[in-house]
Amino acid sequence: MDDLEDERSTLAWFLTGARGIFSLPAVILMLSFIGFCSLTAQAGIPPEQVVFMTGIVWALPAKVILVSSIMSGASLATAFLAVTLSSVRLMPMVAALVPELRGSRTPIWLLLFLSHFVAITAWVFAMERVPKVPREHRVAFFAGFGMTLVAANMVLVGVVYHLVAEFPPLVAGCLFFLTPVYFLASIWHSARHPVIYVALAVGLVAGPLFYWIAPEFDILLAGVGGGTLAWGAERLWRSRREARP
Amino acid sequence: MTWTDGWWAYAFIAIAGWLATDLWRWLGVLAGKRLRDESEALNWVRAVATALVAAVIAKLILYPTGVLAQSPLWLRLGAVVVGAVAFFLARQRPAVGIAAAIFTLASGLWWLGF
Repeated sequence: MDDLEDERSTLAWFLTGARGIFSLPAVILMLSFIGFCSLTAQAGIPPEQVVFMTGIVWALPAKVILVSSIMSGASLATAFLAVTLSSVRLMPMVAALVPELRGSRTPIWLLLFLSHFVAITAWVFAMERVPKVPREHRVAFFAGFGMTLVAANMVLVGVVYHLVAEFPPLVAGCLFFLTPVYFLASIWHSARHPVIYVALAVGLVAGPLFYWIAPEFDILLAGVGGGTLAWGAERLWRSRREARP
Repeated sequence: MTWTDGWWAYAFIAIAGWLATDLWRWLGVLAGKRLRDESEALNWVRAVATALVAAVIAKLILYPTGVLAQSPLWLRLGAVVVGAVAFFLARQRPAVGIAAAIFTLASGLWWLGF
């Protein structure tokens, strides 16, 4: 009887998570995905591949870099390197979320599987709302939200792809612009450490600078060079402030 | 062989897209227990990760593809500035900043006859 009760409420929490599809972050993400559709349609990537990419890669910045690599005719190794380096941030994001999600009996394979659904939107949503969910139901709650969000966007991308080409230029332009603006706002909003603000500012300047100096490795150089500079600057500032009485 | 050819396109996406991202997610799960939240190594990883995404954002704004490639740079930068001002005035609410930036861009594009 207890087990039945337990199962029923696990399903209920899964559905509670799934309802997160109607939250503001989810809606903004879906609009960004329509913008991404417009980018891939202009790049000439077939719709089946865009749907496949949405489900299997999921993180939007990684997909934008993947599409940019494809457009510039990059080799598999170059594309892999660019996407890998841009996705390093997924590791600390997942590492920070796991202790929040994990219950006493959560198996590691389930966490490995669920980690696929982590990207900026799902992470911000989960970090904000998971603490209010009873610990034994957090995994179900996150699974409901993450899986619904991925499935909804795969369907959305498949349906919208054919409409995007017929959008008036003004609408297509605004949808494209949603992605950078959304990332800027959500990174600033969800930042919990001072180094994030410094790195965001340095990266915004370093990106175009390295595009001008070495266009082939711009994102890579801006990330490692700009990020290290931001880290060093923030560390120096921190140690000086701590040294002062 | 180009990337649009059948299975090669899917293999390309799976290796350069799926493997390249899920690798970090899996490492994140394994590190979740061990990585100390206040360690300097994690701080550096955070900085590099954020700078990478910021560089992508800057490129999307400065060198957009498609329709926006024909729009003037001052309009795109102006839209970001208006969005940023609205974002901070509204106590850092993303929706307000995003709406203000998109509204500015849309008005500008309309005024320019897009």
